[in-house]
Amino acid sequence: MYQILKQIIRTGIKTETPPQADEAMRLIEQRLQQEILDVFGGALSIRQVDAGSCNGCELEIHAVNNAYYNIEGLGIKFVASPRHADLLLVTGPVSRHMEEALKRTYDATPEPKLVVAVGDCACGGGIFCSDDAGGAGENYATCGKVANVIPVDVVVSGCPPTPTAILQGILTAISAKK
Amino acid sequence: MPIKHPNLKLSRLTDALPAWTGEIAADDLYDICLGVREGGGRLVALWGSDERKQSRGFMLHVTLINETGLVCLNVPLPAEHPEYPDISRIFPAASRMQRAAYDLLGIYAHEGHDHRKWLRHGAWHSGSFPLRKDFDATASRAHDADDYPFVQVEGQGVHEIPVGPVHAGIIEPGHFRFSIIGERVLRLEERLGYTHKGIEKRFESMSLQQGAKLAGRVSGDSTVAYAWAYAMAAESIANVTPPKRALWLRALLLERERVANHLGDLGYLGNDVALAFGFAQFWILKEQVLRNNAALFGHRYLMDKIVPGGVNANLEAAGKRVIEEECAMLEREVRILRGIYDEHAGVQDRFIGTGRVAPKLAAQLGLCGLAGRASAQAWDARAQFACAPYDKLDVKMATYRNGDVAARVIVRFDELFESLRLQREILTQLIYEDEAPALLEKLPANGFGIGMVEGWRGEVMVAIHTDAQGKLARVHPHDPSWQNWPVLEHAVIDNIVPDFPLINKSFNLSYSGQDL
Repeated sequence: MYQILKQIIRTGIKTETPPQADEAMRLIEQRLQQEILDVFGGALSIRQVDAGSCNGCELEIHAVNNAYYNIEGLGIKFVASPRHADLLLVTGPVSRHMEEALKRTYDATPEPKLVVAVGDCACGGGIFCSDDAGGAGENYATCGKVANVIPVDVVVSGCPPTPTAILQGILTAISAKK
Repeated sequence: MPIKHPNLKLSRLTDALPAWTGEIAADDLYDICLGVREGGGRLVALWGSDERKQSRGFMLHVTLINETGLVCLNVPLPAEHPEYPDISRIFPAASRMQRAAYDLLGIYAHEGHDHRKWLRHGAWHSGSFPLRKDFDATASRAHDADDYPFVQVEGQGVHEIPVGPVHAGIIEPGHFRFSIIGERVLRLEERLGYTHKGIEKRFESMSLQQGAKLAGRVSGDSTVAYAWAYAMAAESIANVTPPKRALWLRALLLERERVANHLGDLGYLGNDVALAFGFAQFWILKEQVLRNNAALFGHRYLMDKIVPGGVNANLEAAGKRVIEEECAMLEREVRILRGIYDEHAGVQDRFIGTGRVAPKLAAQLGLCGLAGRASAQAWDARAQFACAPYDKLDVKMATYRNGDVAARVIVRFDELFESLRLQREILTQLIYEDEAPALLEKLPANGFGIGMVEGWRGEVMVAIHTDAQGKLARVHPHDPSWQNWPVLEHAVIDNIVPDFPLINKSFNLSYSGQDL
């Protein structure tokens, strides 16, 4: 126990200032009223859904939980069920094999709900989908971007996006349009 | 010559690896595999290709490994009834690979004991095969219900827990079906394939350079290993050797990937036994490594830094000092944290004896990579088939016999320290005179090459076949998770359900890498 306490004190506080919301990341207009956003601002629950990613985006979503970005310090936490969630954080080009599961997860999330698509594949199909499908980015195994399957509020691009960008996307989703 | 058989003529692949290839008839496949198995060898990968345009029907490819090297056997199959003898009786790991080869290409292992679909759920019809050249991607969309006959365990008090595909944490999707009595697991059956996104088909419409990017995204956590294996396969076909400096940099990147992943896993393993302190501490260290990666090489996970022919990265004297300081810092901090893990009674109580895979079982099932080494399976490509620059590094392999979660933790700690030593060694060897980058533009026609790299999880293999124009005709990336997922089913038997997340984490297998 002494060693643990000593190490904690030696390490100190690493948490950095969180980024500001960025309206450019918004895909559709804020649907929620200010009063609801005020409540969300205090405590937001996120259900992460990997709908077919290469697991690169998951690495950065894990990193959002580390001491530097400290997402829980902002009152935001990841929960184990969509029924407990306010926001879905979705990665990957949506594989056809995950299409049904993603829809069901969305349906199981209570209103009001928000969706943030994380990573180039979730935003636009990315490298796994061919360009010749008119940007829809479909092939025999994928449905392309997340917005092809469920409504998306905010997109965070990057391959993978940095933890700061992911945090910014989440904060944008729960901010009011200024 | 690693394998001898009267009907087999092997030719050396011009390669950084001791690798050979040869053609045999389907009738000889079983005997050759049996011989390799009896000599202590293993199966690395199994895949197929459509060569009907060259009037050759289909071709089955089986890569085997023994202590002298790799052999890729090519087995021609007729276009009408493409069947070959089941080899899962010799190599149990072949079973899912054979099922996947049927789902994707329609080549069939006769006399196999399990012919259920594996990678195909409902996205395409049974009887249509995506990797056949005449597959119509737009016409063959199915929305069939995805029926899958799980094995049922019967008896008084037995019940099932279905889990997934959407899991309770931040992890990839897959389905686990537990049959349990009380809290004890009688049987676990995995159902994977949820992240199948047509990677192998996608390669076939890509240039060599685009393919390198895709290879780096087969499993994001092993991007360096895949990019290197892909580059190695391409360089083998083109018969070129990258500049020495590029090879040293590749090894540096690979060891940095290993360090980052081991740090992350060690943190999560602490977290999974309720020591949140472990997660906090190890992830601070991991973040520092990632930030140094971004500052020195321009990407936190080092994606797209290895390209066919060389590297897309450089390291100046100032960068060298950053890495030296980082290594010293990690060595100091990880030693302290290892001491805390070792002396923490609660942690050790959960680690020791949990999720045990005995060495004998590991050998039978072909457990490989990090998890294999924790169960006394002494295979590490960096040590045994040391391609440049590992031939000058003398890698010390980390092995342990107990095969439990504790053993997989110990192997991670040992490998982490060894990777720090290797990074320092690489820095002293890294020659500063720049050699002209000789990036590969295109590949020769009708070529075949394989590359294999010991990634942090295990051996990552990539095979490339080119067509008559030198374009990518078939690319097969193989993840060590193919071998290790089935062993996880055995590791959890007789453990309690709440220990499953811990056991699963201690293997930390890739879904995307095996779903393709």
